[in-house]
Amino acid sequence: MTRGRRGRLLAALAALALVAGALAGCGGSSKPELKISAAASLTKAFNAYAQTLKNMKVAYSFAGSDALAAQIEQGVRPDVFASANTKLPSALYAKQLVEKPVVFAGNKLVLAVPAGSHIHSLEDLAKPGTTIAVGTATVPVGAYTETVLGRLSPAEKAQIAKNIRDREPSVDGIVGKLSEGAVDAGFLYATDVKAAAGKLEAIDLPPSLQPNVAYGIAVVKGTSHGAQAREFIAGLLQGAGLQELAKAGFLPPPSTG
Amino acid sequence: MRSAPGAWCSRAFAALLAACLVAVLAFLALPILAIFVHSPPSRLISALGEPTARKALLLSLETTAIAIAVILAVGTPAAWLLATRTLPAQNAMLTLIELPLVLPPAVAGIGLLAALGPEGIIGGVLSSLHIELVLQTAGVVVALVFVSAPFYIRQAHASFLALDRSVLEASADLGAREPTTLLRVALPIARPGLLVGLALAWGRALGEFGATLMFAGSFAGVTQTAPLAIYDQFATDLPAALALSAVLVAASAVLLGAIKLAGRGAAPGLPALR
Repeated sequence: MTRGRRGRLLAALAALALVAGALAGCGGSSKPELKISAAASLTKAFNAYAQTLKNMKVAYSFAGSDALAAQIEQGVRPDVFASANTKLPSALYAKQLVEKPVVFAGNKLVLAVPAGSHIHSLEDLAKPGTTIAVGTATVPVGAYTETVLGRLSPAEKAQIAKNIRDREPSVDGIVGKLSEGAVDAGFLYATDVKAAAGKLEAIDLPPSLQPNVAYGIAVVKGTSHGAQAREFIAGLLQGAGLQELAKAGFLPPPSTG
Repeated sequence: MRSAPGAWCSRAFAALLAACLVAVLAFLALPILAIFVHSPPSRLISALGEPTARKALLLSLETTAIAIAVILAVGTPAAWLLATRTLPAQNAMLTLIELPLVLPPAVAGIGLLAALGPEGIIGGVLSSLHIELVLQTAGVVVALVFVSAPFYIRQAHASFLALDRSVLEASADLGAREPTTLLRVALPIARPGLLVGLALAWGRALGEFGATLMFAGSFAGVTQTAPLAIYDQFATDLPAALALSAVLVAASAVLLGAIKLAGRGAAPGLPALR
């Protein structure tokens, strides 16, 4: 190796070290960064809420609540866990992995169809050849859908179940399949349809079928940003977060959490 | 002219190389090992008995086998043409074939939907021919072919290019037409390289997740392949997900080993002439 080449190699390594140092420096700014695992259906509202937070930075991981809870059970430690149901945070609380959860929002399950669809009611779902996307049995949106179908007559339920052709791991997948026309209908939250900005239409379910959709949130145990985590949650109960949730179409927390 | 510091330097360099190799091996082997540590053999066998897992594995075998058959049947002649002729825009064509290699699977899934989905650019043509892909097993096969074909075709092209021209010319001189030369001379000689390509393509197809989920969806027995079932079970039943993963690792390893054996360990892209 000649001196010149070695010099260039050293220079390249030094440059690499500088870049790495600069990148590391980016993360180490004075504002603490809060890591938040949140249900996919919260994406829009939570991103808007983050814009209003002045004294903390937040980094979100959006996915199906069940997958996020499984990650926490496997040792992944975000600072906050926000779920599209109360069952998962309660189960993690029972295992002492999170602090006591609170209910911070409600939502409505709706039948979602692409704009201009010929489907106008639950009865239309039973027609042969109709394709339906739902959530998997464990992701909250899928579990709520099971509740709705369970309240139908066995004959109706069987006919609709026959047309279920796709089980997605989160609401994002169902929205995607609907907006690409890959399925005729799907069960989503009212807020997902609103966030799709005109591409989708919501068909309300009869009140007797509507499940009690409640969102639970909890500080994850062992966080080093406890104060910020509690501040983030407080803002969702009254403050900028509550406003963003309302703007996105979320309902106040149901009284029977 | 090697002084003492020089000897020290080369020993240190050798140690560095060894340390890097150990790091690579440990890093790559650890997650695979962990899967087996977490799932004892008895758990593996009981996992295979679960209908969801069994359906998913069978579907994976079925769809990857069909995809590989399609890739071999169409990809081999295409690679032969590219390797034996000078075509206009040859490099552009090769780059195009290699593009899915570096494409994120989610992009592949969106692309397939935008092209072949119900509202895709040729979706109307397909539906008028009563060809349905989205939410169908056939759609899984399409996604698998898209993501894994480049692995085979690229390798086949390299293997055909590496053939000794004089052997092919001799075949022609002896009166063999091109199809005969391809089947009786080129394919047997290029076989080791082709098999390596086949193994890489099959392995990629077995592991396919993103494009399948986005284009074909996930439904047990129809479109839920083994990787999709693993993701599904991750949230509910981690031991089952680990067991299914272990089966997939074993299946992939057996596949790779068998094909390497059949190819007699030829180095990729350098099929030995015998």
